[in-house]
Amino acid sequence: MIHSLFLINSAGDIFLEKHWKSVVSRSVCDYFFEAQERATEAENVPPVISTPHHYLLSVYRHKIFFVAVIQTEVPPLFVIEFLHRVVDTFQDYFGVCSEPVIKDNVVVVYEVLEEMLDNGFPLATESNILKELIKPPTILRTVVNTITGSTNVGDQLPTGQLSVVPWRRTGVKYTNNEAYFDVIEEIDAIIDKSGSTVTAEIQGVIDACVKLTGMPDLTLSFMNPRLLDDVSFHPCVRFKRWESERILSFIPPDGNFRLLSYHVSAQNLVAIPVYVKHNISFRDSSSLGRFEITVGPKQTMGKSIEGVTVSSQMPRGVLSMNLTPSQGTHMFDPVTKMLSWDVGKINPQKLPGLKGTVSLQAGASKPDENPTINLQFKIQQLAISGLKVNRLDMYGEKYKPFKGIKYMTKAGKFQVRT
Amino acid sequence: MSSNSFAYSEQSGGGEAAELGQEATSTISPSGAFGLFSSDMKKNEDLKQMLESNKDSAKLDAMKRIVGMIAKGKNASDLFPAVVKNVASKNIEIKKLVYVYLVRYAEEQQDLALLSISTFQRALKDPNQLIRASALRVLSSIRVPIIVPIMMLAIKEASADLSPYVRKNAAHAIQKLYSLDPEQKEMLIEIIEKLLKDKSTLVAGSVVMAFEEVCPDRIDLIHKNYRKLCNLLVDVEEWGQVVIIHMLTRYARTQFVSPWKEGDGLEDKEKDFYDSDEEQKEKTDKGKKPYTMDPDHRLLIRSTKPLLQSRNAAVVMAVAQLYWHIAPKSEAGIISKSLVRLLRSNREVQYIVLQNIATMSIQRKGMFEPYLKSFYVRSTDPTMIKILKLEILTNLANEANISTLLREFQTYVKSQDKQFAAATIQTIGRCATNISEVTDTCLTGLVCLLSNRDEIVVAESVVVIKKLLQMQPVQHGEIIKHMAKLLDSITVPVARASILWLIGENCERVPKIAPDVLRKTAKSFTGEDDLVKLQILNLGAKLYLTNSKQTKLLTQYILNLGKYDQNYDIRDRTRFIRQLIVPNEKSGALSKYAKKIFLAQKPAPLLESPFKGRDHYQLGTLSHTLNTKATGYLELSNWPEVAPDPSVRNVEVIELAKEWTPAGKAKKENPDKKFYSESAEEEEDSSESSSDSESESGSESGEQDDEGDSSEESSEHESGSGSGSEAENKRAAKKNSKTKGKSDSEDVDKENENSKTSDSSNAESSSIEDSSSDSASESESESESESRKVTKEKENKTKQDRNPLTKDVSLLDLDDFNPVSTPVARPTPALSPSLIADLEGLNLSASSSVISTPDAQAQQPWLTGPAGPGHEPVSPALAGGLSTTAPPGKP
Repeated sequence: MIHSLFLINSAGDIFLEKHWKSVVSRSVCDYFFEAQERATEAENVPPVISTPHHYLLSVYRHKIFFVAVIQTEVPPLFVIEFLHRVVDTFQDYFGVCSEPVIKDNVVVVYEVLEEMLDNGFPLATESNILKELIKPPTILRTVVNTITGSTNVGDQLPTGQLSVVPWRRTGVKYTNNEAYFDVIEEIDAIIDKSGSTVTAEIQGVIDACVKLTGMPDLTLSFMNPRLLDDVSFHPCVRFKRWESERILSFIPPDGNFRLLSYHVSAQNLVAIPVYVKHNISFRDSSSLGRFEITVGPKQTMGKSIEGVTVSSQMPRGVLSMNLTPSQGTHMFDPVTKMLSWDVGKINPQKLPGLKGTVSLQAGASKPDENPTINLQFKIQQLAISGLKVNRLDMYGEKYKPFKGIKYMTKAGKFQVRT
Repeated sequence: MSSNSFAYSEQSGGGEAAELGQEATSTISPSGAFGLFSSDMKKNEDLKQMLESNKDSAKLDAMKRIVGMIAKGKNASDLFPAVVKNVASKNIEIKKLVYVYLVRYAEEQQDLALLSISTFQRALKDPNQLIRASALRVLSSIRVPIIVPIMMLAIKEASADLSPYVRKNAAHAIQKLYSLDPEQKEMLIEIIEKLLKDKSTLVAGSVVMAFEEVCPDRIDLIHKNYRKLCNLLVDVEEWGQVVIIHMLTRYARTQFVSPWKEGDGLEDKEKDFYDSDEEQKEKTDKGKKPYTMDPDHRLLIRSTKPLLQSRNAAVVMAVAQLYWHIAPKSEAGIISKSLVRLLRSNREVQYIVLQNIATMSIQRKGMFEPYLKSFYVRSTDPTMIKILKLEILTNLANEANISTLLREFQTYVKSQDKQFAAATIQTIGRCATNISEVTDTCLTGLVCLLSNRDEIVVAESVVVIKKLLQMQPVQHGEIIKHMAKLLDSITVPVARASILWLIGENCERVPKIAPDVLRKTAKSFTGEDDLVKLQILNLGAKLYLTNSKQTKLLTQYILNLGKYDQNYDIRDRTRFIRQLIVPNEKSGALSKYAKKIFLAQKPAPLLESPFKGRDHYQLGTLSHTLNTKATGYLELSNWPEVAPDPSVRNVEVIELAKEWTPAGKAKKENPDKKFYSESAEEEEDSSESSSDSESESGSESGEQDDEGDSSEESSEHESGSGSGSEAENKRAAKKNSKTKGKSDSEDVDKENENSKTSDSSNAESSSIEDSSSDSASESESESESESRKVTKEKENKTKQDRNPLTKDVSLLDLDDFNPVSTPVARPTPALSPSLIADLEGLNLSASSSVISTPDAQAQQPWLTGPAGPGHEPVSPALAGGLSTTAPPGKP
C-alpha cells in the first residue's frame, strides 16, 4: 500500500524519507513541487497527485507536507487518514510536531514509523501500543538510559496488541484515580448581512483524560441522548449498547483520548450566542472608508463570553486602517491585509466596539465586497446544544475514582458576512 | 546450520565481517578519491570504528547516526559489512536499528545480506512472539531473490504459529514474497486459504489484504469465510476493516442479485431510459419471482452499519461505498449523515469526501438534499474545497431550493477569491439550464454582473450568457440588444469577443443593431485586442453574407485593415475570409457554400457536471478521485442475472450447527440443507416461537429472518441477545425490589423523574451523579461491589457460554485473550442444552445472592441502565468531589 513517505518543509526541502518497500527515488517529489508551485497557497495543493508511475497523496499539517508514495489502487482516505494518524502520533510523542523536533528525534521517528507500517500496511497505530514498543523520549529516561544502558525499545509484545482492547495496556497503576471528561462544542455558523442565520450547526466532542488503575469498565449516560444526531466513537465504545440503550459503555484507553464526536445538525435550531453589528462602507469618490463593528451577547444562557477575537481579511485595495477599540487590542497587517482584534471578555453593560476609518489606495476602485468577519469566542460551563451528562459509573474495579466533567462552547467556523 | 551460525556470531563473526568490511572499503576507496566525498568517507570511518567497539553505547550511537543518515537520504551503503555483524546484538535497540538498516540496503548488497539470514532463522524459533514476528518481518523485507525458499518456509511455519500476531506478520510477508517472486503464487494462495480460516480479528485484515494483492480473482476462497468475516468485522482493527469492506463489496456484486428494484430511487432520466419494453419484461419477471434478498447479503449490510460511526474517515467512506454499491436504494440514505459529518475533518479528508458526494449527488439527489446547508461555502475554505462544494450545490439544486441557492450564489460571486467567483458564475449558468423556471432570473442576474469591475467575473458572465443564449436563442433578442449596448463600456477582450460572436451568430435576429455594431467596431478596429479583432472579422463576414447591401463596404474596409495587421493570425484570417466570401474569378467551389460554412448551426455547449462519468469507478477508490484507472484497480462487476449457488457459503454441516444455530435446533435443520430457503425459514419461525430460551430465538431471528426485518430492527434483536442475560438480571432484580420494597423503588422512580425534569429545565448543576457516592456505609458498599463482581463474572461466563450459540462475534475474540492457544474448540451441540441450563442456574444463583443484600439488589440494574432505580441523591459532601469544573491539575 504505502510505498514511501517523504516529509517536506515549507521551503521545499525533503528532510526525512522512509521506505517500506523498495526504495523510491526522491526525484518523485518533483511532481509534487510542480503542483505546489501551481497552487499559490499551501492549502491549495491537491491532496492526490498522479505521476507516470506513482501516486502522491499528501497532507499538510504544522507547516510540513507528509507525502506518501503509492503505486497501486488504494482507497485515498485510507492513506490520508493514516498520515494524519502519523502526525497525531508524533504530536503525542514529542508534544509538538515540527521540523526541528522531528530532526532531533529522527531515530525515534524512524523506529515509530517502522512499527506503524509493515510492507505499507498499518501494523500498530494505537499510541498506547506504540508507546510500549518505543518509549517516548524524556529527559529523565535519556539520563537513565545512558547510565544503565537500557533502551527505549520494549522487548515484549505489548499486551494490547493481542487483546480485544488493543487501546489499553495492562498493569496500569495510579495512586490518584481520576477521570475527567470535557464536553466541547463548536458552533459553525454563517450569519448574513442582516444578522439572520444562513446556516448553523454544532460539532461536539467529548475529550477524556482517564487515569484509572487496572481494567475499569465505564458507562457514561446522558440526560438527553436524543440530541446527538450523528456520532462517531473511539473504537473502545460498544456500538450495541449505544444502539439499544443510548449509553456509552467502554473500557477506556489510558490517558487522553477523544471518546466521542457528535454533530447536531442544521435542522435543529441552534442558539447563536453572539451578534455582530457592523457598518463598513467604502465610497467611490473618496479613498476613505468607514469601519465600525460592535460585538454583543445574544443567547448565552446567563454565561459570559470570553476570549473573543475578531479577524477579517480586508480587500486588497486597503492601504491602512485607523481604528480605535473600546477595549482590547487590534492590529492590521498591511502585507496580508488581515485585521485582528483581540477583544477579550464581553461586558454586557458596555459592549466592545471598534471604530475608525479605512484608507484605500489612491485611485483604486471601491472593493466589490465587504470583508467577512471571522469570530472566535469561548463560553465556559455551557454546552450550547443543551447536552448534559447524566452519570458516570465504573465497574470492574473496586476503588472510587475522582470524576469531573467540564462543559465548554467555542466558536468553530463562525463567519459574519457584511 | 544453527550451530554454525552461532559460531559465526559469537567468534568468527567479528573477524569475518571486519575482513569483509575492509574489502568493501577497498572497493569503494577509488570513489573516495574524489575530494568531494573524502570528508564523508572519514566520517564513515569513525562510525565503523564505533560499530566495532565492544561497548553497546558506542554501537548504539553509531547506529543512531547511521539511521539519521538514512532518514536524510544520504547514502550509507558502504557501512553495510560493519553494520550487518551487529544483527545478533543482545541490545534490542541496536538490533532494531540494524534491522532498519538491513531492510534499506539489503537489496543493494545481496551477498552480504545473506550473512544475516541465519540470525533471523534462529530468531524465528524464539519463544518471544515479538522477536519471532520481527524476525519474520525483516527476513521477508530483505528483497534478495536467493532466499525465496527460506522465506517460503518461514511464512509457512509462521502461518501456523500459535500467536495471532506472528500470523498477522505472516500475512504481510505473503505480499512481500509475492512481489519478490510472483512464481510462488500457487503456494502462497494455499497459505492465504489457510489464514483466511483464521478466527483471530488480528489476522483477518492482513490476510484479506494479502488476498487482494495476490489473488483477488479467487473469489471462491472467500465463500466459506464470508459469514465469519462479516461477523468479525466490527472487531477487526480499523485499517483491516477498510480492506475487508472493499473486498466484500466486490464479492457481493458477484454473488448476489441486484436489490435495486426498477424505478426505486432512480432519477427520472434513468427511468425514462428503461421505460420501454425492458421494464415490462422486468415486471413480468418480478411477477414470476419476487425479489428476496439473500440472507448473506443482508448480513453484510447489517454488520457494516455500526461502522458508519467509526472515528476513522476511511472506514466510514468504505461503508458508505458499500451501501452505495450493494444496498437497496431505499437504505442507502443513512450514509449521507455520516459523510456530512466527515466534512468537519481535515482539508484532505474533505476533498475526497466531497468528490464522492459530488458523484453520488448526481445520481440520487434526494440523499443529500436535507444537508444542503452543510455545503455552503465559507470564505476561509481552500479554493479546491469551495469549488467542490459549489459542484454539489449545483447538483442538488431544484425548483424548491433554487431561490435560496441563488441568493447564496450572489454572495459567492462577490468573493475576493476570483477563481471561485468565476466558478460560481459557471454554476449559475448550469442551474439556469437545468431548471427552466429560473433561466430568466439567472440571465438577468448574469447580465447585471456584466457591469462588474472585475475582468474575470465579466468575462465569465459573458461566456456563460453566450452559452445560455446559444441554447435557446429565439427568445432572447432583448438580451442580445442589451449586450450590444454594453459593448461601449466593456473593455475586457474576452467579453467583447464573446459579445461580437453572439451578435454575429444572431445577426439575422437583430438586423438593425448588427450593422451598427460593425460600424462602431470598424472604427475602433486598430485599437482592439487580437481576440476581438478576430471576432470583428467574423462578424463582418457573417454580415456580408446575410446583409451585404448595408455592410459590403464596411466589411471590405475591415478586411483591408486586417490585411495589414501586425498579427499574422489576423492577416491569415483576413485572407481566408476574403477568398471565401468575396466572389472573384479565382474563388473555388467553396465560396458557394460560404454562408453554410459561417452560419452553420453550431451545437450548443453542454453544461454538465465534471463528475458525470465518474460513477463507473467504485466510490472511495483512487481511480474515482483521479477519474482515471489507477494501476491495480479492480473493476466492480455488474450484478449477476441469477445468483450463484448460495450454499457455497455454508460451512460444513457440523461446523455450521456449532457456529450459527442454537444447539437445540441444529438437529432439526441438519437434514434439510437449504435452511435459508423460504419454507425452511417459516419452519424456523414456528420452531422459534416454541423454543424456550427467548434470547436465543431473538438472536436467531435477527440472523435469519431477514427480508422482513428492517436492518434496525434486527440489530436491536441482536443487541437484545447480546445483553440477554443482563436483561434477565434486570428483570429479576426488578421483581425482587418490587416484592421486597415496593415503596422504596417507587421513591426511586420518582427521583428519576425528578432528575429528568431537572434536566429539561436546564439546571445549572452538571455533576455526574455517582452511583457509589450514596451514603451507604463501608460494609454495604463492600458487599455491593462484591455482588457486582459476582454478576460481572457471571456475565462473562454467560457470554462465553453463549459464544457458540449466537452470532455475537466479538466473543470469538476471546481466543485472543489467550495468545498462545489454538482456537478454542467449539462445544458440540450435545453439550449446549446443558450450557443453557447452566446459564439459567447462574442467573438463579445471582439473583439469590442479590436477595441477601437488599442494597446491592437495588444497585443491580445499573449494570444495564445507569439511570436505573438505584439512583440516589448525591450527598453534598460528595457532590463537591464531582465538581463541574476540573481541578487545576487537569490538562
